[in-house]
Amino acid sequence: MSMHLWIIPLLPLTGAAINGLLGKRFPKALVNTIALGFTAAAFAMALWVAAQFAALSPDQIPHIERYATWLSAGQFSAEYGIYLDQLSLVMLLIVTGVGFLIHVYSVGYMAHEGGYYRYFAYLNIFMFFMLTLVLANNYLLMFVGWEGVGLASYLLIGFWFLKKSAADAGKKAFITNRVGDFGFLIALFLLIKHFGTLQYDSLWKLVTQHPVESAGAGLLTAIGLLMLVGATGKSAQIPLYVWLPDAMEGPTPVSALIHAATMVTAGVYMVARSSPIFDRAPDARLAVAIIGTLTAIFAASIGIVQTDIKKVLAYSTISQLGYMFMACGVADYIGGIFHLMTHAFFKGLLFLAAGSVIHGLGGEQDMRHMGGLRKYLPYTFWSMTVATFAIAGLPPFAGFFSKDRILWSAWSSGNHIIWLIGVITAGMTSFYMFRLWFLTFFGEYRGPNPETAGHGHDTDAHDAHANGSHGHVAPHESPWVMVAPLMILALLSLVGGWVGVPHSLHGSDHFEAFLAPVFQAAPAGTTVPEPAAETGVNSTELMFSGISVGLAALGLLLAWYLYYKRPDLPARMAKAAGGLYTLVLDKYKVDELYGAVIIQPLIALSTNVFWKGIDRGLIDRAVDEGAEGALETSDAMRHMQSGNIRSYAGWVAVGATAVIAFMVWRGLR
Amino acid sequence: MVPLSYYLVLSAILFACGVAGFLIKRNIITIFLSIELMLNGVNLSFVAFAAQLNKLEGHIFVFFVMVVAAAEAAVGLAIIIAVFRTRETLNVDRVNLLRL
Repeated sequence: MSMHLWIIPLLPLTGAAINGLLGKRFPKALVNTIALGFTAAAFAMALWVAAQFAALSPDQIPHIERYATWLSAGQFSAEYGIYLDQLSLVMLLIVTGVGFLIHVYSVGYMAHEGGYYRYFAYLNIFMFFMLTLVLANNYLLMFVGWEGVGLASYLLIGFWFLKKSAADAGKKAFITNRVGDFGFLIALFLLIKHFGTLQYDSLWKLVTQHPVESAGAGLLTAIGLLMLVGATGKSAQIPLYVWLPDAMEGPTPVSALIHAATMVTAGVYMVARSSPIFDRAPDARLAVAIIGTLTAIFAASIGIVQTDIKKVLAYSTISQLGYMFMACGVADYIGGIFHLMTHAFFKGLLFLAAGSVIHGLGGEQDMRHMGGLRKYLPYTFWSMTVATFAIAGLPPFAGFFSKDRILWSAWSSGNHIIWLIGVITAGMTSFYMFRLWFLTFFGEYRGPNPETAGHGHDTDAHDAHANGSHGHVAPHESPWVMVAPLMILALLSLVGGWVGVPHSLHGSDHFEAFLAPVFQAAPAGTTVPEPAAETGVNSTELMFSGISVGLAALGLLLAWYLYYKRPDLPARMAKAAGGLYTLVLDKYKVDELYGAVIIQPLIALSTNVFWKGIDRGLIDRAVDEGAEGALETSDAMRHMQSGNIRSYAGWVAVGATAVIAFMVWRGLR
Repeated sequence: MVPLSYYLVLSAILFACGVAGFLIKRNIITIFLSIELMLNGVNLSFVAFAAQLNKLEGHIFVFFVMVVAAAEAAVGLAIIIAVFRTRETLNVDRVNLLRL
C-alpha cells in the first residue's frame, strides 16, 4: 500500500516555487495564502499519514516507498524513496506542525517588512529540504536535505542582507556547516566503500552483522566519529557551534524555526537514525556523549551573562542540543528524540515569545532595557512563563520529563560524571532562563518612558528591525496572528511531555513504547536503559528526579533573588568576578580564538598563496603572457602583409624554390 | 627527333622568364602576360612528356590549362580595367590597398 508520501515534501516546494518565482507581484494576502496553504496541507497530510501509520502491523514497519532510481554508478545506486518509521513520523509531525505555527506567526511578525514574498519562499523551501532530510530512505537523499537546509538557513539568516552583520552571519553559518558536512560526506564515502549501499534497509542488514567494536577503533568507529563531525556542524555542538549565536541576526521566527525547532535537530535525528552504527562503535558513541555534555555546560555558562534576549535563547538552544547528544551518547536515543520534541515546542515558543517582545518594543533586544512587560504583553508573558518552566525542567511541564529521562539514562548507564555535569547544567539552565524571565517581565520598565516615547506606530518600528537601530515605541501586545501560535505552543509545552511519563511516576511512557521498535537493533551487551520495574530502582529514579527539580527550583530562587529582589547585586558580583566575568561575557573568546588560529591563517594563505601566488601569479599570468606573446608575434609578422603584390609574389617564389630545393635534395639523397 | 631534355630546358627558361617578369615588372598588363608565359612554359613540358611517353593525359591537361587561362584572361582583364578606372594607374606598387 502506498501512502504517496512524496507529496508531503513537494507541497512546500510548490509553495516556494510559486511565491519565489511569481510572488513579487502578488498582494500580501495571496503570498500568505500560498505559503500557509501549502504548509498546512503538508501538516494535514502528515496527520493523515500518522493515522494510516497507526493501522500498520509491526511487520509493515518501516514503511518504505520507492519511486525511482535516482542515480546508479557501477554497483552503487541510490533511489528516490521514503522511509517511514516511528522516528521519521515523529520528526515529520514536529517539522510540519511547528513549522506551520511559525508560518502563521511570521504573517504578523513580518507584516511590515520588505521582501515579504521572498521570506515566505525561503521558509517554504526550508520546509521542503527538512522534510526531504527526515523522510529520505537513504543517506544520500538525506544529504540533499542536509545541504538544502544549510542553504535555506543561509538565505534566511542573511534575509536582511543589506545589513553587513546579517550577511556575515549567513556566511558564517554556511561555512561552518560546510566543515561539518565534509566529515559527514567522508562517512558516507566509507559506507559506500565498505558496504556498497546507502539505503537504510540494506545498510542495517549489513551493519547488524558487524561485531561490536568494543576493543579499539575500527571502521564503524571511524564512520561514527565522522558522522559526529557532521552533526556538530548542523546541530551547533562544540567545536562548530559558533555559527548559531550569530545566526540570531535573522528574523526571529527564523530563529524559532531553524535554530530551535527543526534544522539544528537534524544532527540529533541523524545520530538517532544511525543508531545501528553507533551501537556497534561504543567509542564513537562515547564521543557523542562527551561532546554533548561539554556543549551543554559550556553554552549554559555563556547564556548566564548574555544581555541580548535572543542570544540567551541561542546559547540555551546549544545547551539543550547538548542534552540531546548526551542522551544519544548514552544509547538513550528515545530520550534524545523525546527531548528534541519537547524542545521544539518550548524553544520554538521561547523564540516566538521573544520575537513578540521585540516586536512589542519596536526592535529592542537588550534585556537591560526591558522589565515589567507583563503588564503590557500579558499573553506573551503567560506563554513565555510556560516555556520557561518547561525548559527549566519543572514538573509537570514538558521539559521535566524529557530532561529527567536523559539524566536518569546517563546515571543508569554508568556515566556518573556525565550525569553530574548534566544536573549542574540543569540548574544553570533554570537560572539563566528565570533571569531572562525576571529581567523581561518583572520589575520596572527600563526602556524609554512609554508616555513620552511617543506613540510612533508600527511602520517606523519595523523599519527599525531592518536597520538594526532601536526605534522605541510604547510596549504593546502583538496581533492575534502572532499570539495564537504562542498559545498553541504553550499548550504543547505544558502537555507535550505527558506522552512520556516514566514508569517511576506511574506513567505508561507511551513515547518509549512507540519508538522502541526503531532502536531494537541494538546488539547484545550494550547498555540500553531498561524500563525499570522494581520499586527499588523506581525510588532511586524518583530521588534523582528530586535532585534535578531541586536544582531547578534553586536556579529559580537565585534568579528571583538576584534579578527581582536585589537587582543591584548582579552588577556588583560581575565587578567582583572581574576578568572571569568579562571572559564569559566575551563567550570565552572562542570566536577570537578561531579567528586567530584558523580564519586569519586561512585568509593569509588564501591571499598570499592562492590569490596572489597561484591565481594572479600563475593562472592570470599565463593568460596575460600568452596574449602578449601573441600580440608581439603578430606585430612582428604584420609587416609581411604589406598589400604589395610583388612582395607576395616574391614570397611565393621563395616558397616554391624552397619546396623544389627540398624535393631535389630528397631525390639526390 | 629532338630529345626530351631540350623541351624541358626551353620550358624551364620560359617559366623562369615568366617568374622574373612577374617579380620585376610593375605594369599589371605585363605581369599578366608573364603569368601566361609561365602557364605556357608548363604546357610545353606537359606536351613534351605526353609525346615522349605516348600518353594522351598530357594533352588533356594542356587543354584544361588553356581553357582556364582563357577564362582567367577574361576575368583578369576585366579586373584590370576596373582597377584602371578607379585608380587611373596600372602600377601595382600603387595598388596596395583593397579600399580606395
